[in-house]
Amino acid sequence: MKARVTVTLKSGILDPQGKAIEGALRSLGLAGVSSVRQGKVFDIEIDGGDRDKAEALLKQAADKLLANTVIENYRVDVLG
Amino acid sequence: MKAAVLVFPGINRDRDMARTLRLISGREPAIVWHAEKELPFGTDLVVIPGGFSYGDYLRCGAIAARSPIMDAVRAYAAKGGLVLGVCNGFQILCEAGLLPGVLMRNENLRFICRDVYLRVERSDTPFTRGYNAGQVVRVPVAHGEGNYIADGETIAQLEGEGRVLFRYSSPDGMIDPNWNHNGAINAIAGIVNERGNVLGMMPHPENHVEAAIGPTDGRGLFAGLVEALDRAA
Repeated sequence: MKARVTVTLKSGILDPQGKAIEGALRSLGLAGVSSVRQGKVFDIEIDGGDRDKAEALLKQAADKLLANTVIENYRVDVLG
Repeated sequence: MKAAVLVFPGINRDRDMARTLRLISGREPAIVWHAEKELPFGTDLVVIPGGFSYGDYLRCGAIAARSPIMDAVRAYAAKGGLVLGVCNGFQILCEAGLLPGVLMRNENLRFICRDVYLRVERSDTPFTRGYNAGQVVRVPVAHGEGNYIADGETIAQLEGEGRVLFRYSSPDGMIDPNWNHNGAINAIAGIVNERGNVLGMMPHPENHVEAAIGPTDGRGLFAGLVEALDRAA
């Protein structure tokens, strides 16, 4: 089964990388970009076909390693 | 002093640290590989040196913080054992949950490698007894992610409990944004845990201990630790 874990910075946490990307987009002349926040995407293959189990496993993975929940939020999507 | 220096793949300041510990304590530290499950018998100081463990993949210190040896460090710290984490070592301690907060990218997005000034906030800890409170020391930094941050409640707790041991300052001890090279909140350069036995700091005191190389302001930290451990023994 394929799944995706998306990790993003919590709101209020300063994101200097996102700011730099935002500045670069502006300097490319791409008008209309008001803000950029950078995050991470993990594409993960899971053994077996039990969606609930997969979701529970990925939540554990995110809590234990993929995200630092002090500064980051995550979302788990089991894509099937 | 029976120090143990932890080594993870990608750590590169372990030899500087071992050299300094040997120089100041007169004893060879044990070098402990991350896959070990136990610290050497009788260890009374665990040091996590700087470097780029696991290439800073995922987040600085994130993967090292989950290695087998860190369970042993957690158990050792829970019994009151002294732990010092420098630079990547500080990042690893935060990721391991032994210290609160997180070290973000430097505010100016640059890797900064130069000497900075630190104001020592208190002298009544095993880590700072070699200094006077308010003393300013000159030590090097070398990091891209040293911008300390934590939620407001945690910061209030750290400040209220006097757990900030070092702050970036001007040469005369003023706290000023111009002397806070990485943008850390409240110019925080080093903090201890609640119990006061685990210190994480971004600067490298181990690199300023020999007159032949330059300033020797880093000696106080290690000399103080040797003294504290000799007393305890």
